[in-house]
Amino acid sequence: MNPKTVPGGPAGATPASPGHDAKYEPVFVGPIKARLDALFPKYPTRQACLLPALWMVQEARGWVPDGGIDEVARVLELTPAYVRGVLTFYTMYHQHPVGRHFIQVCTTSPCNMGGAEEVVKALLRETGCKELGATSPDGRFTVIETECLGACGFVTPLLVNDDFLENVTPERVPGLLQSYK
Amino acid sequence: MGYPHPSHARETVVLSQYFGDAGARSYDGWIKRGGYEGLKKALGMTPEAIIEEIKASGLRGRGGAGFPTGLKWSFMPKNDGKAHYLCCNADESEPGTFKDREIMRWTPHALIEGCALASYAIAAETCYIYIRGEFTEPWKVMETAVAEAYAAGAIGANAFGSGQRIDIVLHRGAGAYICGEETALMNSLEGKRGNPRIKPPFPAAAGLFGLPTTINNVETLVAAPHILMRGAAWYKALCKGNPKSTGTKLISVCGHVQRPGNYEITMGTPMKDLIYDMCGGMRPGRTLKAVIPGGSSVPIMTPGEVDTCIMDYEGVVAAGSMLGSGGMIVMDDTTDLVYQIMRLARFYAHESCAQCTQCREGTAWTTRILERILSGAGKPSDLDLLLDLADNMTGTTICVLSDSCAAPVVSGIHKFRGDFEAYLSGKRKPSLAGV
Ligand SMILES: Cc1cc2nc3c(=O)[nH]c(=O)nc-3n(C[C@H](O)[C@H](O)[C@H](O)COP(=O)(O)O)c2cc1C
Ligand code: SF4
Ligand code: FES
Repeated sequence: MNPKTVPGGPAGATPASPGHDAKYEPVFVGPIKARLDALFPKYPTRQACLLPALWMVQEARGWVPDGGIDEVARVLELTPAYVRGVLTFYTMYHQHPVGRHFIQVCTTSPCNMGGAEEVVKALLRETGCKELGATSPDGRFTVIETECLGACGFVTPLLVNDDFLENVTPERVPGLLQSYK
Repeated sequence: MGYPHPSHARETVVLSQYFGDAGARSYDGWIKRGGYEGLKKALGMTPEAIIEEIKASGLRGRGGAGFPTGLKWSFMPKNDGKAHYLCCNADESEPGTFKDREIMRWTPHALIEGCALASYAIAAETCYIYIRGEFTEPWKVMETAVAEAYAAGAIGANAFGSGQRIDIVLHRGAGAYICGEETALMNSLEGKRGNPRIKPPFPAAAGLFGLPTTINNVETLVAAPHILMRGAAWYKALCKGNPKSTGTKLISVCGHVQRPGNYEITMGTPMKDLIYDMCGGMRPGRTLKAVIPGGSSVPIMTPGEVDTCIMDYEGVVAAGSMLGSGGMIVMDDTTDLVYQIMRLARFYAHESCAQCTQCREGTAWTTRILERILSGAGKPSDLDLLLDLADNMTGTTICVLSDSCAAPVVSGIHKFRGDFEAYLSGKRKPSLAGV
C-alpha cells in the first residue's frame, strides 16, 4: 500500500515533469466542479469530501500542488494548513510531480517470499529510473515499493497508475512496460 | 471456490460460488443467479426479526475480531430520532488477506445486497463503503453496480418499493492500513487524518459524524442475505461440532503452496486438509516451516501446531494463534523467518499512525533491532530486548496495531529461537547490509 519515504529526497526533480513553479490553474471548474457539487448532498459535512476532492486534484494535475491545497481549502471551507495536515497522512497523494506512469510494487512478506525484489530490480532497470522514487530521465516512469496491495495470492502485483497487474515476473517486465508510452 | 482455481470438493461454496464468472457482475446477471432475494425477503420483515435471525445463525465478524454480528446490530439505539449509519469496511490491507477484493470484483451486487439488508436492520438510510485507494478494479466494478442498483430501484429512495430509503455511497481511501481500524475509518471518512479514536464511546453510541454507526467487514455483510434466505439453522449447521464458530469462511492462502487462492471452508475444517490437500501442499522437495494463519497480525504457528489445528475461532486459538481475517501465509523450509518477521515489523512501523508512544517508538525500534540482527551485528541480549519491547507494546495502546507488530516477533522468538540464534552466533551469514 503505502509508498515508502525515498532515500535521496523528493521524486521528480527532473525538468520533464511539470515544475513546482508552474502557475496553478483552478481544477474545480466545469465538469470537475460539477462532480464535486454532486458529492456534497451525499455527506452531512463538506469536510467529508476532502479525500474525494484531493483525488480530483491529483487526477487533473498528476499531483497535489500548493495551489491545489489552497483551492481545496477554499471550496470545502477549510484552512490550507488543515488540508495539508490531512493530505500528508495519506501516502497515495503525490506531494511532488511524478512520472507519467507511476508504478507501485508490493514488497511485503508474502510478495517478498515470492520474488518481488527481483521484479523491483527489473523495473528499475527497464524503466531507466535506476533508483526507487526517482523519475526516469524521459519523464515516463516513477517506481516505488509499497506495502501489501491486497492481492497476495497473485505475486507479484503492481499498480501502474490505475491499472492493477497480477503475477508479474521479471521476465514479463519489458513487455508490459511497452504499453505505457 | 479456490479462485483462481476451480472449486475443490472439500470446499463449501456459498459466498464464492460466482468468483471468476463475469456474468454475475451485472444487475441482470445477479438477478438470474437468484440475487436480491435475501434483501427482498428482509424488507418484508421487521428489523428486530432480522437481527434475531442473524443472532441465531452464529455469524461473527469476518474482519478479524470475530465479534457476533447480530449482537453488534442489536446495540444500535431504537427510535432515537437520530440518523444512523452503516460503514462497510473494504479497506482490506492486512498482509496475507485478499478475499474482500474478490467479493467486490466478481459479485458486487452481493455486497450491495448485504449492505442494504444491514442498513435496514439497523435503521440506517446511508451506507458508506470505504474502499482502499489501491483497489482500482473493485472500485470500478462497484461503481457500475451501484449505479445499476439505483437504476433498478433496488436501492435509493424506495428500495424495492418497500418505502425504505437506502443510499449507498462509495468512498475511496488514499493509502493507509490503519484506516481499516473501525474508528480510524470513520475519521478518514469525515475528512480527517486516520487516527483511531479512544473507546468508549463505541460506534453504536457515537460513530460516524458522532451518530450511531455499525461497521462491518465485506465478507460479514455478504453472508447476511444467505442466512435470511436459507435460515439461521442452515447456517448454524455449517460447522464441525462447535456452535460458537459457524458458517463458511473465506481463507486467502498465499506463500509457498502449490495453489494459492481463496478457499471457502466450513468452520472446523482441519488446517492440514486445507494446506496439503486443497492448496496442493508444498512445492516439490519442500517441507512446511511455518504458517501465519490470520493475516500478519497473529502469532506464527509451527508445523506441529498446524497438524492438530481445527480452523475456527476457538480451534486456532487452541493451536497457538488466531483465525483473524483468514489471510494465511504459508512458508516452506527455504524461508528466512527472521527476515520475514523483520519485513512485517517494518510494515507496522510504516503504518503506525504515531499517536501512541509504545507503538510509534516500539514498531520502529523492533524493526531496527531485527535489521541489526540480520546484518550480523546483533547482540545476545537483543532477543530479550525485543521481548521486553513487545511486552510494552501489548495491551497498552489506543488500537491493536501495536499488539499486531509484537505478535509475530514474540511467537517467532519463542517458537523459532534457533533461527535468530543462527544470526547472533554468526552461523548464518548476514542477509542485510550493515545498518
Ligand atoms: C490496525 C487494524 C486494521 C484493520 N483492518 C481491517 C480491514 O482492512 N478490514 C476489516 O474489515 N477490518 C479491519 N480491522 C477490524 C475493524 O476494526 C473492525 O473490527 C471490523 O471492520 C468490524 O467488522 P466485522 O465485525 O464485520 O468483522 C482492522 C483492525 C485494526 C486494529
Ligand atoms: S496503536 Fe499505533 S496505530 Fe493504533 S492508535 Fe496507537 S499509534 Fe496509532
Ligand atoms: S503482500 Fe503483496 S499483495 Fe499482499
